[in-house]
Order: sequence, then C-alpha cells, then structure tokens
Amino acid sequence: MLHALEGSQAIAQAVALCRPGVVAAYPITPQTHIVENISKLVADGKLKCEFVSVESEFSAASVALGAAATGSRAYTASSSQGILLMAEVLFNIAGLRLPMVLTCANRAIGAPINIWNDHQDSMTVRDSGWIQLFCADNQEAVDTTIQAFRIAERLELPVMVCMDGFVLTHTLEVVDLPSAEQVDSYLPPFTFANKLDPRRPLSLGTLVGPEYYSESRHSLHRALQKSIPEIVAADKDWKKLTGRSAGGLLTVEGPKDAKTAILAMGSVVSTLCEANEVLAPKRKTKLIKLRAFRPFPVEALVQVCEGLTELIVVDRAFSPGQGGILGTEVRSALAGMKKKPTIKNFAIGLGGRDIPLETITHLLDAAKEQEEGDFAILDVELNKLPPEDR
Amino acid sequence: MAKSSSQLKDEILKRRSQPKEPAAPVTDESDLARLRKSQPRFRGLEAGHRACQGCGEALAARLVTEAAGPDVILTNATGCLEVFTTPWPQSAWRLPWIHSLFENSAAIASGVEAALKAQGRATKVIAMGGDGGTFDIGFQALSGMLERQHNVLYVCYDNEAYMNTGIQRSGSTPHAAMTTTSPPGKERMGKRHLKKDLLSIIAAHHIPYAASASVAYPADIRRKVRRAVSITGPTFLLIHSPCPLGWGFDSERTIELARLAVQTGLFPLVELERGEITGVMPIRKPRPVADYLKIQNRFRHLFVEDPRALKEREHLQALADHNIDQYGLAGEGADPLDADGADTVRRGGLVD
Repeated sequence: MLHALEGSQAIAQAVALCRPGVVAAYPITPQTHIVENISKLVADGKLKCEFVSVESEFSAASVALGAAATGSRAYTASSSQGILLMAEVLFNIAGLRLPMVLTCANRAIGAPINIWNDHQDSMTVRDSGWIQLFCADNQEAVDTTIQAFRIAERLELPVMVCMDGFVLTHTLEVVDLPSAEQVDSYLPPFTFANKLDPRRPLSLGTLVGPEYYSESRHSLHRALQKSIPEIVAADKDWKKLTGRSAGGLLTVEGPKDAKTAILAMGSVVSTLCEANEVLAPKRKTKLIKLRAFRPFPVEALVQVCEGLTELIVVDRAFSPGQGGILGTEVRSALAGMKKKPTIKNFAIGLGGRDIPLETITHLLDAAKEQEEGDFAILDVELNKLPPEDR
Repeated sequence: MAKSSSQLKDEILKRRSQPKEPAAPVTDESDLARLRKSQPRFRGLEAGHRACQGCGEALAARLVTEAAGPDVILTNATGCLEVFTTPWPQSAWRLPWIHSLFENSAAIASGVEAALKAQGRATKVIAMGGDGGTFDIGFQALSGMLERQHNVLYVCYDNEAYMNTGIQRSGSTPHAAMTTTSPPGKERMGKRHLKKDLLSIIAAHHIPYAASASVAYPADIRRKVRRAVSITGPTFLLIHSPCPLGWGFDSERTIELARLAVQTGLFPLVELERGEITGVMPIRKPRPVADYLKIQNRFRHLFVEDPRALKEREHLQALADHNIDQYGLAGEGADPLDADGADTVRRGGLVD
C-alpha cells in the first residue's frame, strides 16, 4: 500500500513488519527519527518487542549481539560517531557469525563535527565483516531492510543497510509498504542453531590461538563471498512477491551504447540519474548504481564495464593520504580486465555539501582533465583555504 | 526479607543442636546412582581449565555457577577467566556461555535478558567480569544495565589489577600496591590513588540487592548467589579473589589471604538492599593490616626502612579502621557467622 512517509518512518514500519524480538538503540542525528518511530510503535502496542534504550551506541550493538546470540531477531540503527563507537562490537558480531540488521543513516565523521551526510561512517567499518548494502531512495531502503533480515538469517551474517542521512532519512516520499502477510511469507520466523540455551550449552566467543585463527578468518571471508548469490536471490524473490527490485548487486541506467559511465552509491545516484536525463543527454553517460559494497561484486562490475572507455567513480568518503575508497576498490576490481576503461575518481558532497544537478557536467568535464590514478574532491572551494593548504 | 546475621546465627545454632540422621548405607548400583542424582552439586565450571594454581577467580566462578544452578546463561568479559576456560577447541563450561569484548559483559547480558523476555523464557542471566572489566572499562555498560533494571546478576571477580595483561593497576587496585604500572621507586610508593568504592556506586543505583563476598567464605558466596538469583531485577556481587601471581604469594595461601583481607577490615563483606546496608559479616577480632600486607610481594616496599613506608602502612590501617567503623563490622563476641567462625571446619559441636 502506498504511504507518504518520511524515510525514517518508513524504515521503522519496515522493521516492525519484520517482527524483531529485540531493538536496541541510542540516539544520534540523523538516525533519531528511526528509533523514535520504533519506540512509538512499541508504546502503542503495534510492535511487540523488547525495546532497549541503552546508554551508548557501544551498548546498543552489544545488546543486539546478546539478543541475536540468544535466538531473537535483533535490530539497531546508528550514524557517524555512533558507528565508530560501535566499531569494536561490529567486528565482534561478524566474527561470531551472528545475524542481525543495522540501519546506518550515513553521516560525516568529526573533527570538525558535522551532522550532515556523506559515507565516511560505513566506509570506516567496511572491513568489519558485515554485508553492506547502499540504498538510492526510500523505497529501496524499505525493501532492502526486509531483504536484509532474510539475507542475514540465511547466512548467519550481519547486514548493514546504508541510507543517506537527512537526504533519505528526513525526506518525505511516497513509499509502497508491503503487507504483513507478504513479509511473513518472505521472512520466516528466526531460528538460530547456535543460540545460548541451557539445554544445549555452547561456548560462544572462545579464545582462538594462531592454530585456528586463520581458518576462522578464512571462513568469514568465504561466507561474505558466498553471500553474493543470496543477495541476488533475496532481491529476485522480493521482486516476485512485490513486483519491485531493490537493485540486486548493482544496476545500470542510461543509454546502452554509452562509452562513459559514472559509478556511485546511495542517494547521489538518484540525483545523477535525473541530471543525466535533464542536463547531459547529449553526453551519453551510463550510471552504475552499486548497491552491494560488501561483498564487493567484482564479477558483476566487470560485466557492466565491458565496452566502457571511461569510468568516473564518485566517492562520498575518502582515505586521507590515499584517495577515494570506492575509487580504489573499483580500480582493484577492474585491474584484470583486458580492455578496461580509464578510471577517474572524485569525492563529492562531503559533510552534506549540496549536490546540485549541475554536478554531472562538472564531473564529466573534470574527468577529462584528471590524470589516471588521481583523486580529487570535486566541489572543494580552495579559495576558502589559506594558500599553504590548497 | 533477608535474614539478619543474628537470625541466621540462631538458626544455625538450632540446627547444630539437633541430632543428625545417619546416612543410609549404599547397597547396590541403583542406590549409588540415586545417591549421585540426589547430590545437590551442579558444576557449571569443570576442572581441567588452565587457571594458575591457587587462582581465586576460578574458585569463585565455580562456586557462583554451582550455587546458581543449571538454568543459567553466562556472559563473560575479556580477561583471565575467559582465557583460561575456553582455549579453542576446548571449554570448561557446562553452561551456555558467551564472551564478546572486554567492556560489554553487562550490555551483552542485557541483550540476552531482553531476548529471553521476548521469548518468554525464565532462564537467569549472570554477567561476569574481572575488576578491570567492571570498575574501569565496563563500568558504563554496567551502570546502564542496572539503571534499566535488567534481570541479571552481575558478578565481579575482584583480584585488584589487570592480571590477564600482566598485573597493571586498575581502579580496584588498593592504595600503595605495586603493579607493573604502579611500581614503587624514588618518587612513588606504589599506587597513588585509592581503591574505587564500587559497591557504594552500585548501591547508589538503588538496585534490589548488592553484596560483597570473598572466596574465603564459600558458604557465604553460595548464600549470596542464591539470594541474588532469586530476585527479579538487577543484582550485583563483588567477590574478592586473590591472585597468587599478581599479588605475589604462594598459591596454597589463597584462602588465608582472602580471610585476612576480610579480618583486617580491608575488604568488608556487606549486603545492600535498595542502597541500604542490610547485613555485614562481623569481624570477631580485627587483625592488623600488616599481617595481610607483609605476606604479599605487592606490598613488600612497605616493609623497608623508609619513613614513607611506615606512613603508607598507617594509611592502609586507617582505611581498614574506617571500613570497620563505617559498616559497623566490629563483632560482639563469638559468632558462627563472623569472619572467624564462617566456613571453618568444626568438630564436636558448637563453637565457643
């Protein structure tokens, strides 16, 4: 059914449809509306679950961890500094192979403190062992949240659903919410084989020495790699059920014969799509919307890059002293291609800097100037900096 | 209501005055099986783990899990206990057990408890941690767990330093104790700061039950654990657990050391309900703190010719005297449940 909902409201509804047993959360802008809406659903008796209002993000992730280990469907949400405070727990959840879902309302990292949107938070925990799916609009975020529980529980891996803070979380859009029956038919009740249970006492989180640690890490790596078909299947089945795809591993838009493509993640893709139609139809550009960042879908990406001469990778975060994180990963993924496109890499929209439609022409122009292997912040205004920092 | 120590004393005296029934003779295998079955002892922590000889923490953990029984889920902070009980692929636990990180045992337990509640299960949750994981790095998570009224017993095995990493000072390390990060020297006499009064901070959360205990008094630990797990809501137990390696004493003296800590007044055994003191273990005849200090390497710098050493010994004596005064620990004559009477082996009837 169609509803006009704020992104956060829609996510709260989607989470409720998944019937979580335990939700733990600590407030941080711009995640707050999600957990406010969930706690209201609980207060109104519309969602029967244990809502644990914790004293930090560290405990939010830990409570969810404990709940998942005890066999309950667990959920939390955070942003920015909260994700970083959780970092130690996030690695732990993945290492313990505990299925749960976290919404990351993407926000910049301080200092300087900044509450607006970019991807530095989720990028910083990309090596935690979580599946990371990026959403381009609120419908995708709703559908991905529901799919995330299924993916997580089938694979015993945690899933982070990344949606841009404010741009998506605080924007009212028309969203098609599935019915409870649809979700129940798609997502069976959670059962966890290794749950904490006195009738079958297991020790979870034991000390692992050098003789087994590599094997443990290898199996986590394999699990992430093997999650690719599960992510595809989850989206395919969702489409069968609702008629909508949430974007699989990645999707391509724009003219089929375009030799130039822009690759991006998150809501900027929606902006660039519109800009492409409105401002740059003559420049024949494809848009590659990457949804799965972890696992990184190398094969699927290589396939859609066949025939391209130029690929512009748009980052919403970067590694100081190195360059764009997505850009670096795309370069590595395409390194084996026989005829690979030249790869250009820009960061834009850091800390909520506006991304107007004209960005697309700036991007295409700047790409012509950039040396292969370089990286730049496209919309930096150097005149605001002292000469020595330019 | 908790029984006061005088009520308990009366009960014990009454019980002891009654003639005991002789044990039924064991006749055949089925009797033996029945006898074994009727043994109340459940072991949550099995022998064969890798703790040092004389480890107070291992003993305390066994006593706690034994008393709590089999319908329990354990969470464990990073530390010695986690390391010596679960070197993969082995585990010494007969209870469901989870270790996540150093500072989140209380938060993991909160999550376990929330899940049990959501599932309608009545299993009790016990969170465990050392003093580092409780007084210091896990303190915030613990405070949150207490404030949110989770139905969890938190047990802190207090050996008064970071032993797992090689004896570094913690918020629980006593004043003047030597650790590898509070070494005595020309400018220092061991740890400069006081042991954090954690129990008072816990009590300020006004939880239903908080208590301190000591491995020297197993029956007291059992009683306190049973009391704690019978309560719905957050409860807390601080168990003094000597560490032969970290404190520098021979491993056969763990119990002796632990008793002295109580008998000097340095580690008072108290019970608090909703923040109010409701029980203490009286000290029949307070021992001088020097008796406790001089048999541990961590205090040996206090027994050299140095005016600073004397001053620190006096300081520690004053702290013990303050505890005795503050908690009213001074006993009134012999009491089978005081620091001299409790958990002693007595033959031939009543103590005098």
